[in-house]
Amino acid sequence: MSSIIEIRNVCKAYGGVVANKDISLDVEEGTITGLIGPNGSGKTTLFNSVVGYHPIDSGSIRFESKEISQIHVQDIARLGLIRTFQQTRIYKAMNCVENMLISLPHRKMRFLESFSRNNATDFENADRLLEFVGLYEKRFLLAGSLSFGQQKLLEFAMALMNEPKTLLLDEPTAGINPTLINGLIDRLLRANREFGITLFVIEHNMRVIMNLAQKIYCLAHGELLAQGTPGDIQNDQRVIDAYLGAH
Amino acid sequence: MKGRKLILYTAALLFTLVAPFIMPDFKTQLATLWLMIIVALTWDMTGGQMGYNSLGNIFFYGTGMYVAAVICIALTHDVGAYTNAFSGQIYTFTNAEYFTGVMVGILGAGIFCSVCALVIGYLTFGLRGPYFAIGTLGVAIAAGELVSNWDWVGGGQGISLPVYPYDLEQGKVFFYALFAGTGVLLFIFLRWLYTTRFGAAINAIRDDEEKAEAMGIHTLRYKLTTWSIAAFFVGVAGGISAFQLIHFEPLETAYQTINLGIFMVVCVLLGGKGTLWGPVIGAIIFHLFKEVTWNYLLGWQWVALGALIVITVVYFRDGIMGWLMSVKPEWFGIRVEKKAEDAMQEAGT
Repeated sequence: MSSIIEIRNVCKAYGGVVANKDISLDVEEGTITGLIGPNGSGKTTLFNSVVGYHPIDSGSIRFESKEISQIHVQDIARLGLIRTFQQTRIYKAMNCVENMLISLPHRKMRFLESFSRNNATDFENADRLLEFVGLYEKRFLLAGSLSFGQQKLLEFAMALMNEPKTLLLDEPTAGINPTLINGLIDRLLRANREFGITLFVIEHNMRVIMNLAQKIYCLAHGELLAQGTPGDIQNDQRVIDAYLGAH
Repeated sequence: MKGRKLILYTAALLFTLVAPFIMPDFKTQLATLWLMIIVALTWDMTGGQMGYNSLGNIFFYGTGMYVAAVICIALTHDVGAYTNAFSGQIYTFTNAEYFTGVMVGILGAGIFCSVCALVIGYLTFGLRGPYFAIGTLGVAIAAGELVSNWDWVGGGQGISLPVYPYDLEQGKVFFYALFAGTGVLLFIFLRWLYTTRFGAAINAIRDDEEKAEAMGIHTLRYKLTTWSIAAFFVGVAGGISAFQLIHFEPLETAYQTINLGIFMVVCVLLGGKGTLWGPVIGAIIFHLFKEVTWNYLLGWQWVALGALIVITVVYFRDGIMGWLMSVKPEWFGIRVEKKAEDAMQEAGT
């Protein structure tokens, strides 16, 4: 299997604070890859570097063998690399269906096509994906009036609507009711298997990431601390120390 | 509901058609009312629907005036000689020359302004929020100052255009028809545009531009297109104004940043940002208020206008349509998640 995202020797510092130091990792196509690490270890910084939110200081990031560390957020998104936000971002003043329809993949659309209304297939897709995340009953409600967990599900559905090749999820289960988490794990696995979307997931909830990912990378203090299968990571003394603050 | 809407639109259109004939003394005021509606609707395209509050739309109004005038003159005369105040020469236009000049001038003004919007937009759309407002205001003020020092277009004196060749009362109807026609066309266009994917995309930019970018929407392309369309209609309105006013000068009439440039924003805020009808309703109320205070509160008219602006901005931020939406959300098809206590209350009653 080939790597869809290749990160090589990426460094990123905010002034004197080194957020990412010489990080190299691979996300294999069609898999679910996890990224863990204590608070402030540089996970979100690495995500932001990948999707082009800020320039990196040195190193290289490739998506489908194309160098993306120099191009803009929108251009990266149009390659089919989509991210969700840790602090959920949805269009609060619109209802769920409108949120979904805005998320249509603009990369597959010619500009003049935007001067037309959404067709029946678009509405069907929106309804089907809202059904998939369990928001079908609430589809005509204002997105801003949903609970935080439901907004997270909506953001996930919006990302799927965009038909990405790879989806970067920043803490998909944070703030979600524990009883709903199993359902979400199931949906993430199905998105990976049925829609063939490669997932790269930041997660704090160890139970979730151990059940989800085939390979896990662990960051600590901006450096890559460990990598391996969930089993390896669970038994890695360095990872345990990092989480307990010994590092 | 569908039928009621149709009746409303038909009534509005009929009223537009007969208004100058049943109120013959108010033809010019009615024409100005349509001008206010046009500039309010176009301001709302970027300000209300896309979240970019431009204070520089008046630039397109002034530029439209100048472009229309210059085209009209240049078709038959030498512009530099025509605008030279000391030449004392008298220039005449035949009827055919006049009407060709008006039509070509107005269209040319629209096209020129939409190209200007692409260029200015490319330079200023990197600015967000208040910085965009100030940046565009700067463009409008600078343009006014530059033009007032440009002798070829008459400098600070401005330009005098030929007068409507037939009966002047008929001329008032002619200009009313031009403004009203443009306004109706614009309204129908926007009513359609806001239902398309394009409308959804600019709303997405307004609500969360970073999210829109992260989802791969070509934000700059949408912003430029929107402003360019808005500028076309403002340019056309400016062009019509140039011929209606006959004489105009750069700072007080064309690039009138503190008058029309602010009025259009107040109209939209009064009526309700980001709605189709808000700018129309706002423009009507604002224009009525302005005409009434100018007639019956002379001396205090600017104070009254200032008070209206302050009250709107401080207490009525969502405008009339925004207020209606929060009071009667069901009229607009808006549904919110029922809070637990509301649901319980409902079950209890």
